[in-house]
Amino acid sequence: MSVRAFVPLDSAAVALGADDVADAIAREALTRGVAVTITRTGSHGMHWLEPLVEVETPKGRTAYGPIKAAEVSGLFDADFLAGGKHARAVGPVDDLPFMKAQTRLTFARCGRIDPLSIEQYRAAGGLKGLTQALTLGPDATLAAVTASGLRGRGGAGFPTGVKWKTVRDAKAGQKYIVCNADEGDSGTFSDRMIMEGDPFTVIEGMVIAGIATGATKGYIYIRSEYPVAVGIMNRAIEHARAARVLGDAVMNSAHAFDMEVRVGAGAYVCGEETSLLESLEGRRGQVRAKPPLPAHHGLFGKPTAVNNVISLASVPAILAEGADKYKSLGAGRSLGTIPIQLAGNVKHAGLYEAPFGMTLGQIVMDIGGGTASGRPVRAVQVGGPLGAYFPVSLFDTPFDYEAFTAKGGLIGHAGVVVFDDTVDLARQARFAMEFCAIESCGKCTPCRIGSVRGQEVIDRILKGIAVDEQIALLEDLCSTMKLGSLCALGGFVPYPVLSALTHFPEDFRARPRSLADVA
Amino acid sequence: MSTALIWDEKRAGEIIDAHKSMAGATLPVLHALQAAFGHITERAIEMVADALNLSRAEVHGVVSFYHDFRRAPAGAHVLKLCRAEACQAVGADKLAATLRETLGIDWHETTADGRVTLEPVFCLGLCSCGPAAMVDGKLVGRADAKGLTALVRGKT
Ligand SMILES: Cc1cc2nc3c(=O)[nH]c(=O)nc-3n(C[C@H](O)[C@H](O)[C@H](O)COP(=O)(O)O)c2cc1C
Ligand code: SF4
Ligand code: FES
Repeated sequence: MSVRAFVPLDSAAVALGADDVADAIAREALTRGVAVTITRTGSHGMHWLEPLVEVETPKGRTAYGPIKAAEVSGLFDADFLAGGKHARAVGPVDDLPFMKAQTRLTFARCGRIDPLSIEQYRAAGGLKGLTQALTLGPDATLAAVTASGLRGRGGAGFPTGVKWKTVRDAKAGQKYIVCNADEGDSGTFSDRMIMEGDPFTVIEGMVIAGIATGATKGYIYIRSEYPVAVGIMNRAIEHARAARVLGDAVMNSAHAFDMEVRVGAGAYVCGEETSLLESLEGRRGQVRAKPPLPAHHGLFGKPTAVNNVISLASVPAILAEGADKYKSLGAGRSLGTIPIQLAGNVKHAGLYEAPFGMTLGQIVMDIGGGTASGRPVRAVQVGGPLGAYFPVSLFDTPFDYEAFTAKGGLIGHAGVVVFDDTVDLARQARFAMEFCAIESCGKCTPCRIGSVRGQEVIDRILKGIAVDEQIALLEDLCSTMKLGSLCALGGFVPYPVLSALTHFPEDFRARPRSLADVA
Repeated sequence: MSTALIWDEKRAGEIIDAHKSMAGATLPVLHALQAAFGHITERAIEMVADALNLSRAEVHGVVSFYHDFRRAPAGAHVLKLCRAEACQAVGADKLAATLRETLGIDWHETTADGRVTLEPVFCLGLCSCGPAAMVDGKLVGRADAKGLTALVRGKT
């Protein structure tokens, strides 16, 4: 009998050598004449243990990690296929504290199943939400999503049910669902992980969105930096068509829905929904003024629901488990669970799904385990390149949309990037301006030109030239950008810049850096 | 690198034909042309404009807007290095400085021998295992200068 082994195909695992490990296992098995079937799965999200190899033993799945290809022969020597003892044995994944304490609704299957097996998907609870939506019909499906309290996970936290209702109420022959998989924020990878590890959940969410709004066609716009996700989503769509989850008669119902993948071309601003629509239509990704809202006048001028991957991927579980269960989780007006992404200089980097409401300190210190470098944590940037830098003194802030706003920050797409005490916040502020200058769509002067001026001003600060005046200039510039920008790229860059200035003023008055240092 | 990258007008025409009926075909067509020929030539822009009923200026505008599209061929190897915050937190700036010095080129440049093109990228979604890089499409986590240099120098 063949033993089953599991090796992630997730990009993070692959970047750390998972493909080589899978090859080594296959080769070693052949040499030793043992039968092993290797299943490539998504990642459980414990990236410090990747590549994480699992084997199915009579007592269940047990894991070894991190494994290098060169260590595979040793694993065989230790009889890992029977769950043998080895220095890298970590035991059953579910028993690990990092996994045990999570509430996995959206990521329930990620890491467990073959991402391209619709049978395994169904056996693990997949398609329950869609079946329920077909039973309930469009109105009750929409009502369930509204009642769940789900808010958009792409950054703005807009209630998903309200957006869908607007599209549903719009009169038009053709409506669209657009899944925003541009995930440009540094420190975020939850969209990537679910697309690679459980793509049918994204598809199921999009089909349900179609039923609720009356849209029959979907596009998923995936950034080109995610080649693995693009490949898997394309294949998953084919499987879903073959299984009649997509097509003229979704699961043999009267509802039609089909979708296709489109690939971005390396522009951060294309994550902004109107820029994304321009890009889908084949133009430069220039931001459109709102109104009209995409829900009224979206893709090709038709009513369109643009939603983030995680927003859509959360919907199947909401329908399967019930809106009440979903909204019983969370805090304040931030309901349900949020896949937090721990990144940067953090010991336990990876993905952690939990109800809203944990404090930032719990996330960084208890779950993340502090820095990977072993040095003290000094700053944490939450919410991507447009998010604020938080000092340790704000670690009591609960992870919830309103609580973060109250502290001058934002949750965004829930990326948490940890820095140790070697970070220079004046340089981080400069980078925020530089990034804005590189990625600006060019429509508004405060964003396009202001970000270039911002870099120049911070350069003078870094060189110690007329620091007080330059800081005043920088603050002025930030308020101009806040007020005079059409979208959040120019409008939110003041968050990282001003938070750095407010919470880490000493870095702006440190000894002058040399020119080489600044560049 | 390979003969597939030599301009072939007939093939370009076939690629454009295969995509032109898609809704919003511009990006898919440009991606396919770049995959086949390594960059977007002036002639390709002309052909895309004709096929999609756009002005040449419009297609130019699209090509220049997106960081992915190249107007000139890249080196034999393309090294993309993440410059974004999560990677900065684990030493990406220093890694980039070392590589620029070792290769003797700055961002967006190609070594004199045509071997390596260095490009910045803002996040590869590998923020939990930075510094992150992509070498000719291969993902590299916890990248270091030695490993990356070997990847671009060692291969042909
Ligand atoms: C500059 C900029 C970049 C953005 N990038 C993304 C992105 O990569 N992914 C995303 O889902 N939303 C992004 N957004 C937010 C979208 O405009 C939009 O609010 C979101 O896709 C709506 O989906 P949701 O309601 O499900 O969150 C971005 C916004 C701005 C201003
Ligand atoms: S703020 Fe910047 S990115 Fe946004 S619309 Fe204006 S110029 Fe474009
Ligand atoms: S910040 Fe470098 S991969 Fe995300």
